[in-house]
This record gives sequence, C-alpha cells and structure tokens, in this order.
Amino acid sequence: MTEFSVNDAELEKRFQDRVDDEQKIEPKDWMPEGYRKNLIRQISQHAHSEVIGMQPEGNWISRAPTLRRKMILLAKVQDEGGHGLYLYSAAETLGASREEMVEALHEGRAKYASIFNYPSLTWADIGTIGWLVDGAAIVNQISLQRTSYGPYSRAMIRICKEESFHQRQGYESLIALAHGSAEQKAMAQDALNRWWWPSLMMFGPHDAESAHSGQSMKWKIKRKSNDTLRQDFVDQTVPQADFLGLEIPDPDLKWNEERGHYDFGEIDWEEFQRVISGDGMCNRDRVATHKKAHDDGAWVRDALRAYEAKKANKSEAA
Amino acid sequence: MNEQQQLLPLFEVFVRSKRGLDHKHVGSLHAENPEQALEYARDCYTRRSEGVSIWVVKSSDITASQEEDARSFYDPMDDKPYRHAMHYQLPEPVNNM
Repeated sequence: MTEFSVNDAELEKRFQDRVDDEQKIEPKDWMPEGYRKNLIRQISQHAHSEVIGMQPEGNWISRAPTLRRKMILLAKVQDEGGHGLYLYSAAETLGASREEMVEALHEGRAKYASIFNYPSLTWADIGTIGWLVDGAAIVNQISLQRTSYGPYSRAMIRICKEESFHQRQGYESLIALAHGSAEQKAMAQDALNRWWWPSLMMFGPHDAESAHSGQSMKWKIKRKSNDTLRQDFVDQTVPQADFLGLEIPDPDLKWNEERGHYDFGEIDWEEFQRVISGDGMCNRDRVATHKKAHDDGAWVRDALRAYEAKKANKSEAA
Repeated sequence: MNEQQQLLPLFEVFVRSKRGLDHKHVGSLHAENPEQALEYARDCYTRRSEGVSIWVVKSSDITASQEEDARSFYDPMDDKPYRHAMHYQLPEPVNNM
C-alpha cells in the first residue's frame, strides 16, 4: 500500500535478490515483463500438454482389456484434465485469460509437448505412455516444484502427488504384458521402440540450443537444464526396462563407469523440429479434436449464461 | 432496523504465513469495507508476524459445501483405491517410482 518511487532497475534488482535468496515470487509482486511473459508461455504450454495428452490415452478407454484397466485409465485421463486446470489457473494469476490461451493453442501459436503428436496404436502404448511419458513428466515436474513463481510451484506440488499413480499403473500393466505370452511381450517391445525417442525429446533441445533456458535458469523458473533432466530420466529408466526384459532401442546405450551415468545416442533433432513445428503424425488431428470439443460445448456455456440471466431477471422482478 | 443493517458485514480472513505457501483461513471479523477489513485483519491476526500477505473475502461471497452433504459429495471416492499410487504393487527392484 505504501508507494515508493524507485526506478525499474532498482525494482529488478530487488526482484532478482529475492529469487537468488530462494524466496518465491507471488502474483502481486513487481516482476520484469520478460519474467511474466516467459512464465505465461511455459505454464500455458504445460497446461495445453496436460489437456492434449488426454487424447492418445482417451483413444483406448473404450477398448481397455478389463474393467479394472478401464476404470484406471478413466481416472488417469480425468486427472490430466484436472492438472490442466491447476496450470491454467496458475497462468491466470499472471493476467493471461483462459480464452487467450485456448485461442493461441487453436491457432498454433502455443505449443504443447511434442510427444502427444504420436499415435497410440496398441494397448501396450497405454502402459508405455504411463511408464515413459509420465515418468519423464515427473522428472521434469519434481524439479519444477522448486520454481520461483509461487502459484506454479504449488500447482507442481499438487500434480506430483497425483502423478505417481500414473506411472505405476502404466508400469504394472507393462509387467503383465512383458511377462505374458510371446505375442504380448512383442507388443510391449514394439511400444517401447516407438515411444523411447519421443520420450527423450520431451526434455527439449540441448542446453546450448535452448532458446529460453539461460534466462529461465537465472530467474529460477527452470531449476535443472534440459540435458540434466534427460540424463536423470535415462538413468532411472534403464533398470526399469531391464526388469521388464525389454530392450531400449538405442545401440549406443551403455553404462559409463567414469561418469556414473548411462551414455546414450543422439536424438533425431530433425524429427523433433518437424513435430514441434506442426508436422508430426497427429498435430492437425489433436488440435482439430480440441477445437471441436470446445465448439461442441458452446451450447452448454450458452445455456448456463441464459439460465443465469433468467434467474437475475426473475429476482429483479420479485 | 434489523440485525443485518446494524452489524457491519462479515469478512473471512486468510493469511499467507510465508512466501511460497497458500493463504490459510485464520478467522473472521466485521468491517465496513474490504480496505477496513484488511487493516482490522492486520491488527487482529498478524500482531506477531504471523504473515506476509492477507486476503479478506466477504463471508456472504463464500459458497460452501456442508458436512451433511459429504455422502453425496465424497462417497463414490471410497471405492476407487486405484487412484492411489500404493494400489499398484511393484516388485522391490522397481518400487521406487
């Protein structure tokens, strides 16, 4: 409430001191315009990923092999919608409106995790998505619990708590396949072959090539670099693949005693660029489906508004 | 004058004890308007550095579910153990996910 007259440089210094001191930034604090923009971009992309991610999995709800698997998958897809909501709300504390964010998604101005532009072809894909895609998301999100922006950090804490079920259910269903008939095991291996590399791409470009990384690390929006997170993911996932008796499709993958980490091969960055810029197998389909769902729901929103207006008229008249 | 008009409106008070934490409900008070409620809340609820930020919300603006509604609100959750991570038994070597 007290007004200090200080210039932007001084405000920016106080802001950065606060960030360096590991204090959270809260919605009404002064923040550099770039920080706000960068956060809106990252959080809304994260939200879009949760919501678009419902599609490849939703594709199998009606064809889940047992009632138990169907209930689990329904619960998981419902969670993803909820996670999208937490994140959109966090972005809204920065002054972004939901309508703007959804419009940016529909017009292709906002990105989402490129992995959801790959099709879910078999039932084994569903287990693999839980294991690898949610596994990769957890690695990223655990580090984001310490992000400098308070509402984003709190959303991440809530999401991480719920996410562990997602990965475990996926892995459990893969155990059933990998330890099942030869045909089932082959289906699990085929799913791993298709999802492994896109999962590694989820962490984004190499640190040296990453457009926003440097500034995001300085502002502590991001806490670990893309390459560090990717390495964490590979290190934790290889023993899990071994346990399943499945082979990770990377001839260069091997334990490096000296580094204490697994070495692994180079990602096909051309494919990454192609998919992220709209030319993956399912990009058009994913956005069109989202747009259609949004448009198909318009009558519900209209009806709600009409009902509210009618109620308001009635109470005025009374 | 009925009671409603005599009393100043009621406000609920939420305090953020530390940066990074959620605002938490601490109590309520009567005040003429939100600005005054904020000052009263400061005097009343943060006399010993309990917080770094206060929210005040008119109590009449809060819509709350009732405990008696719990059955219809929450009952269906009890038979969904599969929403919990520990529902999935994984063998020891891979149980750290």
